[in-house]
Amino acid sequence: MPRSLSRFARDYLLPTGTLVAVLVLWEVAYRVFKIPRFIVPAPSAIIAETWEWRFRLVEHTWVTLYETLAGFGLSIAVGVPLAVLIVYSPVLRNALYPLIVVTQSVPKVAIAPVLLLVLGHGEASKLVVAFLVAFFPIVVDTATGLAATPEELLDLSRSYRTSQLKTFVKVRFPMALPFFFSGLKVAITLALIGAVVGEFVGSDKGLGYIILSATSYWKADLAFGAIFLLSLMAIILFALVALVERIVCPWYAAEQQQ
Amino acid sequence: MIRLEKVDKTYRTRRGDLVHAVADITLDVRENEFVTLVGPSGCGKSTLLKLVAGLVPASQGTIRVRDEVVRGPFPDVGFLFQHPVLLPWRTVFDNVMFSIEMLGLESRSYRARARELLSLTGLAGFDTKYPRELSGGMQQRVAICRALIHDPGLLLMDEPFGALDAMTREEMSLELLRIWEDRRKTIFFVTHSIPEAILLADRVVVMTPRPGRIARVLEIDLPRPRSVELEFDERFKAYSHAIRSDIFAPRTDREYATLA
Ligand SMILES: Nc1ncnc2c1ncn2[C@@H]1O[C@H](COP(=O)(O)OP(=O)(O)O)[C@@H](O)[C@H]1O
Ligand SMILES: [Mg+2]
Repeated sequence: MPRSLSRFARDYLLPTGTLVAVLVLWEVAYRVFKIPRFIVPAPSAIIAETWEWRFRLVEHTWVTLYETLAGFGLSIAVGVPLAVLIVYSPVLRNALYPLIVVTQSVPKVAIAPVLLLVLGHGEASKLVVAFLVAFFPIVVDTATGLAATPEELLDLSRSYRTSQLKTFVKVRFPMALPFFFSGLKVAITLALIGAVVGEFVGSDKGLGYIILSATSYWKADLAFGAIFLLSLMAIILFALVALVERIVCPWYAAEQQQ
Repeated sequence: MIRLEKVDKTYRTRRGDLVHAVADITLDVRENEFVTLVGPSGCGKSTLLKLVAGLVPASQGTIRVRDEVVRGPFPDVGFLFQHPVLLPWRTVFDNVMFSIEMLGLESRSYRARARELLSLTGLAGFDTKYPRELSGGMQQRVAICRALIHDPGLLLMDEPFGALDAMTREEMSLELLRIWEDRRKTIFFVTHSIPEAILLADRVVVMTPRPGRIARVLEIDLPRPRSVELEFDERFKAYSHAIRSDIFAPRTDREYATLA
């Protein structure tokens, strides 16, 4: 019991305590040094302003969440089949891989305005930016995972004359799952960033839009509130992916702990 | 059981280079015989096993298993590799049943046999454990059960105890002998340990460095059941010496040649 208590203290109490201490220091510094409110607002002001705007903020949070999840979902739907094609077909690997790397080297922020031009100011353009940034780690990690099956297991499957499909379902795919999830964890965070970048470039909805318009009216406290909500969203989304990972491949989590 | 006739294998690497792995291999392995294969690393031992299993095609020559020409993989083999390569998401029991599932056989008729094999290899009571909860030696025992569950006539083993510590290794060798004496099979066993090769075998096939050729086939005339004490036997020492000189002599000759 004392051991689990000390672990609880280490894992939760300590970081929470640190956060509270930082906020208190921030508040104190704000009052002592009289920092102008429009540059860095006090935590108390941020909380008050966020509360004041709570209903509008919730609406905008939903918009950003929707764009992020839709872009993320699309990147899985496109990325996983692409990874399978790349691993199974050397011709497609040679044809597709350079293209994927090239699309990845184009800065997404740079093409966001063009996407807006093509897709309009609605949610579609943000979703596509989110998709573009998220799909690369999914393709690469899933392909790496599918290629990581030990040669011996593939030889074994071949000696049983098992079909490619069965080998995929029973061996290669489960073997790739931990890699797939590590791609997802990177992708979910990037998808959120992509959605916000899309909103920055041009929109009238979403937390990115709130940050942009609040700062242009010198309302730093509202901008900070939106940033806080974005961070919260990122943490929760990441934790959800990690949770699904632990449910889907418990063996991997157990291995990591050893 | 296995008949290799003038078998040659040349690989072509991705970059297009040719690698002559094994050359002119002619060998007969009798039914239920335990044949071990020793040779320096890279001499084509694994290649030879894969050729017999039909996993890679021969460049020249013919391979027959039970009088049938090998043209591709066939399921009457059990494989054992240096690493157990178990599936980490499956329990010990389900790892053993993996062969049955992949072969598309009726699982129900093999469950009792899986249990029997697990207790034969000292793993009774570990059915529901996961591979990560087992030591390296125990994992390799699970792999042995997986290789035996469908009762193949031929066992191909590629340095199966090579990754284990010396003590576990010896223990596993003796255990394999015990299992083999209990239910005979043809075993083709690759190792780079000379004592292991002698201890296990009816015959030891000694290979030269790449391209691997058969330098000698040595009949091991030691009584069975064998034990590790045999290593102090004069005949054992003589065999060991003969194998060593076969493996190392050609290389020193060549080194002298380059020096001259
Ligand atoms: N798939 C392959 N493609 C090209 N070269 C290979 C391939 N497999 C093995 N080789 C080469 O063939 C030679 C023999 O390899 P191998 O049979 O693994 O030797 P051993 O098992 O005796 O160490 C080595 O030089 C190795 O690099
Ligand atoms: Mg080898």
